[in-house]
Amino acid sequence: MGIGDKPKFDIYIILIYLALLLIGWLTIYSAAQVSQYHGILDMDQLYGKQILWIGLAFLIISFILAMDVKFFERFGSIIYIISLLSLLGLFVFGKELNGAKSWYSLGSMTLQPSEFAKAATALAVAKFLSGINISLKNTKDLLLVGLIIALPALFIIPQPDPGSALVYGAFFFALHREGLSLWYLSLVLVAIGLFLGTLVLGTWWIALIILIAMTVIYLLSQKRRHKKRLPKPRIILFLIISGVCVLYSLSTNYIFNNLLEDRHRNRIDIVLGRVEDNQGVGYNINQSVIAVGSGGFAGKGLLEGTQTQGGFVPEQETDFIFSAIGEEWGFIGASLVIILFMSLCYRLIIMAERQKNQFARIYGYSVAGIFFIHFFVNIGMVLGLLPTVGIPLPFMSYGGSGLWGFTILLFIFVKLDGHRMSYEH
Amino acid sequence: MKRLLFFFLVTIVGLTLIGRVFYLQIIKGDSYKLKSELNAVKSIYDIPERGFIYDRDGDLMVANQVAYDIMMIPKELKKFDTLQLCTLLQMDKTRLKSKIQDAKDWSWQKGSVIVPQLTQEEFAPLQEKLRKFPGFYAQKRSLRKYMVDHSASVLGYIREVSPEKIKKDPRYQSGDLSGKAGIELQYEQELRGKKGVKHFIRDHYGRPKESYENGRYDTIPNSGLDLTVTLDNDLQAYAELLMKNKRGGIVAIEPQTGEILTLVTAPYYDPALLMGRDRSKNSVLIFNDTIKKPGVNRALQAEYAPGSPFKVINALVGLQEGVITTTEKLRCNHGYDYGGRKPLGCHSHQSPLALNTGIAESCNAYFAQVYRRIIEKGSTPEEGMDNWNRHVTSFGLGDYLGYDLPVGRAGLIPDGKYYSSRYKYKWYAPTTISNAIGQGEVITTPIQLANMTAAIANRGYFYRPHIIKAIDGEPIDNPDYTVKNYTTVDARHFEPVVEGMTAVYKTGTAKYAQIPGIEICGKTGTVENFVKIDGKRTQLTDHSVFIAFAPKDNPQIAIAVFVENGYWGSRYAAKIASLLIEKHIKGEITRKDLEKYLLTHSLEYEYEKQYSGEPFEINPKVDKGLIAPQPNALNP
Repeated sequence: MGIGDKPKFDIYIILIYLALLLIGWLTIYSAAQVSQYHGILDMDQLYGKQILWIGLAFLIISFILAMDVKFFERFGSIIYIISLLSLLGLFVFGKELNGAKSWYSLGSMTLQPSEFAKAATALAVAKFLSGINISLKNTKDLLLVGLIIALPALFIIPQPDPGSALVYGAFFFALHREGLSLWYLSLVLVAIGLFLGTLVLGTWWIALIILIAMTVIYLLSQKRRHKKRLPKPRIILFLIISGVCVLYSLSTNYIFNNLLEDRHRNRIDIVLGRVEDNQGVGYNINQSVIAVGSGGFAGKGLLEGTQTQGGFVPEQETDFIFSAIGEEWGFIGASLVIILFMSLCYRLIIMAERQKNQFARIYGYSVAGIFFIHFFVNIGMVLGLLPTVGIPLPFMSYGGSGLWGFTILLFIFVKLDGHRMSYEH
Repeated sequence: MKRLLFFFLVTIVGLTLIGRVFYLQIIKGDSYKLKSELNAVKSIYDIPERGFIYDRDGDLMVANQVAYDIMMIPKELKKFDTLQLCTLLQMDKTRLKSKIQDAKDWSWQKGSVIVPQLTQEEFAPLQEKLRKFPGFYAQKRSLRKYMVDHSASVLGYIREVSPEKIKKDPRYQSGDLSGKAGIELQYEQELRGKKGVKHFIRDHYGRPKESYENGRYDTIPNSGLDLTVTLDNDLQAYAELLMKNKRGGIVAIEPQTGEILTLVTAPYYDPALLMGRDRSKNSVLIFNDTIKKPGVNRALQAEYAPGSPFKVINALVGLQEGVITTTEKLRCNHGYDYGGRKPLGCHSHQSPLALNTGIAESCNAYFAQVYRRIIEKGSTPEEGMDNWNRHVTSFGLGDYLGYDLPVGRAGLIPDGKYYSSRYKYKWYAPTTISNAIGQGEVITTPIQLANMTAAIANRGYFYRPHIIKAIDGEPIDNPDYTVKNYTTVDARHFEPVVEGMTAVYKTGTAKYAQIPGIEICGKTGTVENFVKIDGKRTQLTDHSVFIAFAPKDNPQIAIAVFVENGYWGSRYAAKIASLLIEKHIKGEITRKDLEKYLLTHSLEYEYEKQYSGEPFEINPKVDKGLIAPQPNALNP
């Protein structure tokens, strides 16, 4: 940082942040089931506590913005290692809440280190990839960066909190921006598609579809070869790919029935419509969809949502907060929140692209990816499009750790971006 | 391209989510609005009182008392002192935890029962303290109060509805009580009445705020209907008393109506045992006892070979088919040699003999010949057998009778096909000769025997036996129970057989069980029976059987008594039948010696034999069951 250099923090991203925070808090306030009202600072109520968490978040923001901008790149690895240790420490010192050992207990407060690990991992990935002579074309480097991403995920899965681990898939966007082939994503998508397809249609239909698809692709590639004079595609390759796909499809039922746990099976079954159980495991989703659907165009109004006020949607202050927005704010409010999140993602990419410094760009892409996955998976789940995966909606879901984790993640980038003119590698 | 991928994905996902919201809120919005309204409406149910059960004379048998269920709503649960609650509810910790988990699994919103059916006394100490546990509350319920300590098995019992039933029938909710057996189950719809419901909109504290749609959908409860059953309370109590320390079943029917006067199974239990706090403990004792089987209603469900009473039917069929006359005398040579390995034995009596003496002396040889003639009348044994089957089943044997109690057995009356598929080689009447004396393949339940006796008493027809007399004071007019079922035997053939049954009392096998002033017609039976012990077919002491009706003209009661391992029909069953007939007709017992014999004799020593692991003697010439006089308690 040159002397006298005034940082310029991006005002749009800060406005989006504040808007989401405000809507989130109002919704937590509305979703609370209060028998006696003692003002908004009532620390016995979630909305009261959330005000405290928001206040502390602002304090964290001031710290981040006041710090030396080089700190994050310099200490990226150390922060990452501390974060990994804090995840490992859970196995020994962790406190169990709702069946998962994901929290540290600090007096009456609890901290969830996995919420902070996202930012730490983003810093480590950015630092590693921006290093000299590091290339994703190099298999060793690719494996190393894969390891950096996979380690925290591997520590989080057995807590058990597979939802939070899923978020680490977000780093694909950063890697892709830095040159990782799209084929890797396609491979994952095809695998998921085949898995779900087999569950719904059965192996034989899937085999037929694979056969038709492969034939079409083969014929198309034959045509293209003539035009572009590419080497003749070998039919054997197509046969092998088809075979692998069919074998995978055949093993789907085994994976589904033996490797997944009951609750995961149930959640997938419900979204695929294979079972209907609105009183049991499907209760959450059913009530959440009713809440959103009953909101109509304009919503029932703040504090007027019968689903929300009646407490019909479990976990509504946390993972299912979007259902309260849908009910009380209607289509207008729900679309507004979705558009705010879309804007957040767009803005982050625009900001990332304007970075001259590779570290800041990779970090920016990682941040955008993480917010995108959270936004997509959380709202998709609340709307009954995706299986129940317990991850929060950034800035809106109740909880100190989540709010601070996302705030740190975002504002480190705001800080980096603010100094982009002066900040050199 | 690389930069665009992310923009592209965000746009696709964002539009998909907005599209989904649009679909849910704008396109399907109305249907979800309705669902959410139904959700937010709190329904408060008004559970009506269950109908009372009266006996035929208007004696109250079953009434109601107030009881409390401890309920819990998972959503309202706060942290609580588990230990304190466990002590309060007298429950261990794991059980409480599993109950709470079950409740959460079932519904987050709706109350689930944690401890069911506390009586007023059990609930009183809890009442104040329960307030300290948010989410827990007490729901007032009406519980059965038994005014009698007998008839448990026919009255049945009520208990919480199963989750399966709740799923199938929306009228039931967790904690509701419904009939599980006997009359309570059979007449559940009448007894339970209809719940009333009031709908309220909840305010945002979850409390009922205002009536929903001005009470448009509210209903008032209809209380359950009172039932009058055909049982005679006094007779029922007396029959159970006589069956103390014995196993078996008694059914008494009023022949002119088909009303069931008495229906007793032994061993029996106090109906109050299946109520209140200890009911699950008791129900294990009752329903999981595979040796005494007090949970089985032997009067309806026990299938025994009928033994000699069945000879009466063969006599009737013989007369109808014209293969015998009332005067033709047949020889008995201490039995009947039908060509088998060993002749069908018989005891000492005069020979040759005709129908009347044949019945009175219960002559095996006489009936073997009658049966043989019936079967051999057909051009083939199959045809003869089918014809015999047609006559016998017309007495209601070999099939469920269609009475209004939820359990029963069909018994078995074989036909030609039965034997043709059973025997590889050709078979003839002698092959099945044991059917002549009610042993062979024929099996019946006590209620079938009682009904058969009623058909004889009526000289050729019966009304389907039933337990319901009036619903809500209105006598039943169900055609199932008011239409005569005719047997295939003509009325004129009954008189000689009835005379034979009178002779059973006057000169025959039951002459010690006569009642002064009442002309009884009956038939004893001593039924051989076998069990498998360690895979070996072992004979046990014979069952004591008796059927009777009285008076001979214009009969008021037809009865079948079955006492397991009681040996001669006259030793136990005839005495019991005789006492019950006297009590029903005269209203008092004049032969205290008979009564004393039954109250001071137990058959428990017979029942223990097969479990002793040692060789044992069967059919003791002298009854060894003498015990000290028992207090008149009816508990098992």
